[in-house]
This record gives sequence, C-alpha cells and structure tokens, in this order.
Amino acid sequence: MMGWLPVAMLAVPLFGALALVISPQALRPALRAYGLILSGITLALAALLLATFDYARPAQMQFEVDFPWIPGLGLRFHLGVDGISLPLIALTALLTFLCFGYLSWAGGRASGQLMTARPRALVFTLLVLEVGMIGTFLALDLLLFFVFFEIVLVPMYFLIGIWGGEGRRAASIKFILYTLLGSVVMLLGLLLVWAQTGTLDVEALSAAHGSGMARSIQILAFVAIGVGLAVKTPMWPLHTWLPDAHTEAPTVGSVLLAGVLLKMGTYGFARIAIPILPEGAAAVAPWLGAFAVVGIVYGALACLAQRDLKRMIAYSSVGHMGFVLLGFATLTPTGINGALFANIAHGLITGLLFFLAGAVKERYHTADMPSLGGGMLATLPRLGSVLTFASIASLGLPGLAGFWGEMLALLGAFQPANGLPRGLFLTYMVIGGLGAVLTAAYFLVMLSRVTHGRPLRVTPVEAVDDRLVHETPDERPVVPLDSPQEGTATATLTAAPDTRDTRDTDDIKCHELLAWTPLVALILLFGLWPGLLLSLTTPAVQALLGAVS
Amino acid sequence: MIQQIDYFVIAPPLVLAVVAGLVLLLDAFLPNLPRGKTALGLITLAGVLTALGFVVAQSASTGGPPMRTFCVPPNLQPQAALCSFVVDGFTLVFAGLVLVAAVVVVLMSMTELAGGGIPVGEWYFLLLCTLVGAVTLPASRDLIMLVVALELVSLPVFALTALKRYDGRSSEAAVKLFVVSVVSTAVMLFGVSLLYGVAGTVFLSRLAAVFSGRIPAPGVVEGAVPTADQSLPAVVTVGVVLVVAGFAFKIAAVPFHAWAADVYQGAPLPVAALLSVISKATGFAGLILVLVVALSGQAGTWAPIVAIVSALTMTAGNLLAMRQRSAVRLLAWSSVAQSGYILAPLAVGTPGAVGASTAYLVIYAAMNLGAFAVVLLVSRTAARNELDDYRGLVFRSPAAGVALAFCLVCLAGLPPGLAGLFAKVFVFREIVEGGTAWLALVMAVNTVIGLYYYAVWAARLFTPATEKALRPTPAIWPAMGLAVGVAILFSIAPQLVLDATALSAFG
Repeated sequence: MMGWLPVAMLAVPLFGALALVISPQALRPALRAYGLILSGITLALAALLLATFDYARPAQMQFEVDFPWIPGLGLRFHLGVDGISLPLIALTALLTFLCFGYLSWAGGRASGQLMTARPRALVFTLLVLEVGMIGTFLALDLLLFFVFFEIVLVPMYFLIGIWGGEGRRAASIKFILYTLLGSVVMLLGLLLVWAQTGTLDVEALSAAHGSGMARSIQILAFVAIGVGLAVKTPMWPLHTWLPDAHTEAPTVGSVLLAGVLLKMGTYGFARIAIPILPEGAAAVAPWLGAFAVVGIVYGALACLAQRDLKRMIAYSSVGHMGFVLLGFATLTPTGINGALFANIAHGLITGLLFFLAGAVKERYHTADMPSLGGGMLATLPRLGSVLTFASIASLGLPGLAGFWGEMLALLGAFQPANGLPRGLFLTYMVIGGLGAVLTAAYFLVMLSRVTHGRPLRVTPVEAVDDRLVHETPDERPVVPLDSPQEGTATATLTAAPDTRDTRDTDDIKCHELLAWTPLVALILLFGLWPGLLLSLTTPAVQALLGAVS
Repeated sequence: MIQQIDYFVIAPPLVLAVVAGLVLLLDAFLPNLPRGKTALGLITLAGVLTALGFVVAQSASTGGPPMRTFCVPPNLQPQAALCSFVVDGFTLVFAGLVLVAAVVVVLMSMTELAGGGIPVGEWYFLLLCTLVGAVTLPASRDLIMLVVALELVSLPVFALTALKRYDGRSSEAAVKLFVVSVVSTAVMLFGVSLLYGVAGTVFLSRLAAVFSGRIPAPGVVEGAVPTADQSLPAVVTVGVVLVVAGFAFKIAAVPFHAWAADVYQGAPLPVAALLSVISKATGFAGLILVLVVALSGQAGTWAPIVAIVSALTMTAGNLLAMRQRSAVRLLAWSSVAQSGYILAPLAVGTPGAVGASTAYLVIYAAMNLGAFAVVLLVSRTAARNELDDYRGLVFRSPAAGVALAFCLVCLAGLPPGLAGLFAKVFVFREIVEGGTAWLALVMAVNTVIGLYYYAVWAARLFTPATEKALRPTPAIWPAMGLAVGVAILFSIAPQLVLDATALSAFG
C-alpha cells in the first residue's frame, strides 16, 4: 500500500535531473522555475507522506517497497519509512525546496548570481543531491544505504568546487577524500555484518538484535561503521573537513550540508549501528560519549576563537553534533530521543543560520566578524533580529527547538543504560553542561560583535575596537578583501573590489523572507510543542533498543 | 592416429586468423585508394563481430558439459579426458570481453589511422593476430598452448607499438615492451619447465591432481608418502614463484610495473587501450588458469605472494598516478592500480574469488575503454595530451566531457558510476569473507588515494578555459558510445556482470 510514494520521491528529482541532461535547450528558459517545481513536487510528496503516515504505529515500517536489484550481492531495493526517518525526509524535502526558492525568487539580483553562473549545472547538482539525501533516509538495505550515502559526495564536491569561495578547490578535495575514507571503512563494516549474518536487510537485522554475531565481531563492525558515520556527522577528531567545506561552500551548499548531510551520519547510528550491533554499541558507547563531549567543548572553544561568521557556525555544528552523539552513547530511550530531536532542531536552526550568514556575506561582502563591525540591529534591523533569533535558538534557549534535544541528551547521560558506567556518564553530563554554557558564550559574543554596538563607517580591519577582537590566532588567514580575482575563478561571488561603497544595505528581501519564515515557524513550533516530534520517535526508539535496555 | 577437431569450438580464433590473412592480402592487392583504409577497418570489424557471433552461439549452445577439442585420443589416456582447448563459462566470458573490447579498439584504430603515417594493412593484421591469441588463451588447458597463446598476444603488440614510424618515443616504447616481455616469457618458461619436470604432464587438470597430491608425481615411489607436502620436491615452490612472476609482467604488477607508463605514452592510443584492457585481460586469464586450475593445491605458496603483490601494486600505481600531468601516463598508472584490485580476491581464495576478479575486470574494461576513447578524441587537437588540455571539455564537447567524467567517476568507484562502485563492493566482499583484514584496509586507503587524481581530473573538465574546438572524427563516437553505454548498463544492472561471471567459476 502506498509503496509508490517513496519511489516517487526519488524518481521525481532523479528524472528531473536526467531531463536536464537529455534536453538542455528545451528547459533553458524555464530553468529558474524548473528546479523550484520539481523540488516543490517532492515537497508535496513529502507532505502527502506526512499526511498518510499511520501515526498509531510509528515503530513499524510503512510505505515499504522491496524488490531484488542485484541478487548476486543480495542487494534489494528496499525502502520504507518509520518514525525515525519520517521527520528527516520531510526536513530534507523542505530544505531543498527552500534552497531552490532562495535561488529562484531572488530574480536577477545579487543572490541570484548563483543562478546566472551556470544555472543548469546548479539545478542538476542540487536535484541529484536531493536524490542521495532522501534515499539515505529511505533505504532499508545495508548496501542500498551505502549507495545513497555515496551519491551525495560527487554533487557536493562540485557544489563546493564550482560555486564556492576562494579556497574552494582545496576545501572540496578535502571534503570528498575525507568522507570517502570514512565511507569505505563503513563499507567494510557493513560487509562484515553481511559475512556474519548472510543478509543485508536492515529490518531483519534489527529484529535479530545482533544475534548470530560474536561480541568481538560486533565491536569490530561497530567501530568500522561508526568511523564512517562519525566522519560524516562529524565527530571530533574527524571533523576537520567540516569548517573548510562550510566556509567555502555557497549558501545553499552550506545549508544542505549542515541541514541534511550531517544528519545522514547520525541517522546511520540510529538506523544501523545501534540496533544491528547492540553488544558492539554497548562496548563502544563510553568511547563514543567521550569523543562526543570532547567535541562539545572543542566546538565551543573553537567557536570562541573564530573571526569568520560561517566558520563559527560550522564549528558550532561540531558542538551540536556532540550532543547528538552523546544522546546516542547513552543507549537509553531518553538519550536517543534527545539525539533525534536535536538532529532535527539542528537541521532547522543551522540551516537558518547559514542562510543568514549567506545574506550577511552578500550585503557586506565579507563574513569576517571584525570587519562587519557591529550595529546590525541599527542598520539592518530585520536581518539583525532574525540573526539574534537563530543564535539564541542555537544556544538552546528554552522554548525554542534547540533546547529540548540537548536537555534530553544530558538527561539521558544522567541515567545511562544498564551496563554502562554511570559515574563516567555523569562526568560527561557535567562536561556537556559546561559546553552548553560555552555555546551560549560564543553566540552572545558573536551577537555583541555583529548585531550590537555602533555601526562602523570606515572599515579597515585595524580600526576595529580592540576589546571586541579576541587575540586568538586565526586558523586561516583572512582573505584580503581587494584580492584580484583569479583567472580560474568561475562563479566566485566574493570578488568585490571595494566593499563599503558597493555595500547593499537592503534589509531582508522578499525571497529571503519566504525562505526563512518556514524555518522560523518550525523552530518555534518544535520549541513550544516538542511532543509533536517526540511522540513520533519514542516508539521507534523503544523498538530499536529492544535488545539493549 | 587421427585427431578429431571440432571446428565449431575453435571457430572464433579461426575466423580471426582467416580475416587477418585476408586483410594482409587485400592490403597488398587492392589499389591504393583513400577509401581503402576504411574498407580494411570495416573488414576487420566484420571479422571481430563474426567471431563474437560464434562466441554468442557457443554460449547459447552450452548447457551440458563444456565443449572441448584437441584431446588426447581415448586409446592413449587411461582416465578422464585431457584436452588442450576447452570452451566453458570462463572461456566464453573472457572471449566475449576481449572481442567486445576489440570492437572498441578497432573503431579507435580507424580514427587513429585516418591521420596517416601508419601502414593500415599491417596494423589490422597485427591487431587480429593479437586477438587470435587473446581468444585462444582463456580456452587453453595445457601449459604449452597457454604459453604460445600468451606470446601470440604479446609479439604483435611490439610491432603495433613501433608502427608509428620516425617517432622516437614510439620506438623507445616498443623496445622497452619487447625487452620486458621477452624477459618475462623466459622467466615464465623456466617456471613452466620446472612444473612440467616435476609433474610429467602439461595438462592443467593433471597438474592439479599431481600438485594437490591426488596422483603421485612420476618420480616418486608409488604408495610411499601420500601427502602432498612431503612427496613433492621443493623445486615446485620455485616453479610456482617463477610462473607468478612471469604473469606479473604481463599484468604490470609490482615489482614488474615500471614499463607501463612509458609504453602507454609512447604507443599509439588504440594500442595503449589494447594493452590496458585486452592484453591485461589475457594476462589475468592465464594467471587464473595456472593458479586456480593447475596450482590450487599449492595455494599455501602463492596466496601470500599474490596478496602482497596485490597490495603493493595498488599502492604503487595510485601513488605514481597522483604525480602525473599527462593523461595517458595517469591512465597507465591507474590501470596498474586497478590490476592490484583485480588481483586481491585471488589472494583470498574464497569460492567466489574468480567470479569477483572477472566481474571487476569486465567492468574495468568498459570504463577504461570509455576513458581512452575520449583521450584519443582530445589527442587529435592537443598533441601533448596533458591534463590541462582537458579544461572546459564539457563546454567544448558536452558528450565527450560528460562521458569522460562518468568514466572517471566509475574508475574512482563513486555514484553515479555505480558500475565501479559495485565492482569494488564485489572485491571487498570476497576479501572480508576471506578474513584478510589488512588487505581490505590497504585497498580502502587506496580507493581514497585513487579518488584524488580522478577527482582532480574530473574537476578540470568543468572549469572553463579558452575555446579550442575539437576535431571530431566519426569513428570515435561509436567507440565511445559502446564503452560508455556498457558502463551505464552495468551501473543500472550489475547483475548482468554477476550472472556472466558466475559461469566463469570453475566448478
């Protein structure tokens, strides 16, 4: 029943992308609308999925499709949706649609530059990216999951490498090599599971709760799969690709990277690593928790040291993902619920933050915080307000979406699953709480630098108020604003010889408002009514933890 | 004593040999018309397709026992049939692979020869001779036939390499290939003679029986010691190592890999494609026949050697490829690295190992030929053929650019090049199942190293550059279309490869 729905969600963007290759000329005039319409159809399908999902039994797989693809490998084209994947699918469809909306509604104006520089390739890339992202959340076969997991690599590589900033080439190469190394190791882990159990079916393996695999094998497989997922998540110390990729990626790339791609890693823990390998998870959980809390504190400290707005938001993702991983490491329904909630919340909030950072960069032609010079609430009051809103949502203010996930993750650490060392997890909880305070600190520092204060009239970097600039070494040299555009640059958006004179002082524009409003609304909704999401994930989480707890 | 020859069984090599003679005669007696070049190419193509048709017919008619010919007459053999030429699943898969690749190579040759400077008749004659060897080799089931077929593959290639006359690089490449190949043949012949000396037979099935201890070796007193280890002299190990070393030359495995880049670069591009696919495939066919069929009892000796050679080959190939600026040299080293991946399952020795290696080889052939076809197209305008000449290829020629990008992504093993991805999954699966963790990790790291140079090259295709129009030649498009089409087909339905190569396992 309704099995066509997941297939259609993959087929629409896929065939849309293929049509772009096959008949480029016919679609050229309508290119702006084309991507918007296709992602709109996908979003409509996602809405239909939300509407027809049977909320009485969210722990069970619904909308299942299952037929053999490569019998020789035991690979089946097996898709399905349950309470864990449903919100992520909806989030993906929404964010992709908003990205297309942001690009298309911009018209011929500044933020429409992306669409003027090779628009066909951009639409193609984003559509293929959507196929990979949605497919990852739908797949119920280990190898199929891997295939979709890999599909996103090439489009994201080109998204960063073609439409990125100055350092795009190095950043894109780093991104693809790092994530490929992770996913190849993950493939080894998946094949190890297959070699031991003889099946690739996620449902069957989850129902078996790891029976048929020795404890040592489970630990080995969990570490291998976990490394692959942790690179994507990213977990400290495997996060180093993330800041570069985020800083160089164009706005839509950053939004999708933070909003969806990082979720693929954490989703893998919830869907594959923990339910299929419970004993391995129990053995590795203390280590996972340790890396998670180090990530929380490290992310926060790194954020305090950043000068670049996009880079700071990127590092804040490391911290937030630390909370998600800590939630998983507790192996309790509370913790994992918190992790899944924080997952969605982070997708919404950080997606919004990257949209805002893109908007700031477009107006000021820099994302360097000292050069921005403060006073945004005075000069661009609406943009400043939304930035303030997103920042306090991200730092976890109660009543907004960012709060519940982190609170539940910490609560889970207070009472971890049986068999896990409680004292250790209490320590993690304390450190995590400290990290939450640091998170508040760096967001407030950022706000005080950017939105508050007096707007600057003259902008040399040296003239910035010294008290506001932290004397910490920058990780990357700030790119001089008047650097000549390189000959190889194709679609670089940041080349502007004189920043202040050409400064675009418009406040929030119409297309931006349209793209951001749904995110703001959802952040408020999930902040005020967390039960909406939790009622969906709780039964599914209890089912997947069947063997652990 | 009268030999009964089943001509249907030997039809594919026979057709190729007849066409080879025909081409040489026609070249000598036809008037020297400009159309003549194309005509000879089409005749060659027809010959290859006819041979392919016979292979298809054979595969359609095999249901029962494998077809065989050149057998020892029944009155001379006491036990099971000993035959030199056997057509079974393995033979058909390799013959089919070689002939389909040959179609692409012939089409590429038509483009290359249109430029002039290369004698056409000799070219096609030598090409067909190589193909006769390449089709015969997978069917060979005795050591002498194996060696003769392998030489038949190698010898014409020296001449083909040198046919671009008055070209220093080309001559150097030919000499290098000649010396390396002759040395490797000598090494292998020494190994073969040692094995023959111990076992007293050249037939692979009988060799297998002797080396696994089922039949006592001729020199050993019957019934004295039944186990294999004690009854066979230590010289068997030397023989095994020498044979492996001989084949390692052919497939450009470490430590006999150094010739690859110079020869690929010096040779005309269709010959480089031939070396990297047809010659390599026959090398692997021979290696599989000798190791898996004849020497399976000695796996304890050769499996660790193959594992180490495989790990070194993929690492060396990938590391050297990273430093290349020339497209052909990069492909040369990348094909060395791919040899390492193909070798890996053989080292593990799981039941599906041969199938996995063959499947990888089939997919590799499609994607590598696609890349070579585009490289040939670009070489018409950019003589030096460096990676920078590929800047903006998708704008100059969208079809060629996208095809090359697809092939590179396939070689790297990432979606949308699902064929390459699944090829790697086949190999990884055998390694993981066999439990050789270190080899799996080495290969994992190598996959990442490999991605680096493929990705850098692919990115260049999409960066805009000064307009330099390509000079397309009609024959290159079908070649490219065939190779890329097959790669796309394998991406959508990898089961086809598995179905075909599952037959190749020796039951």
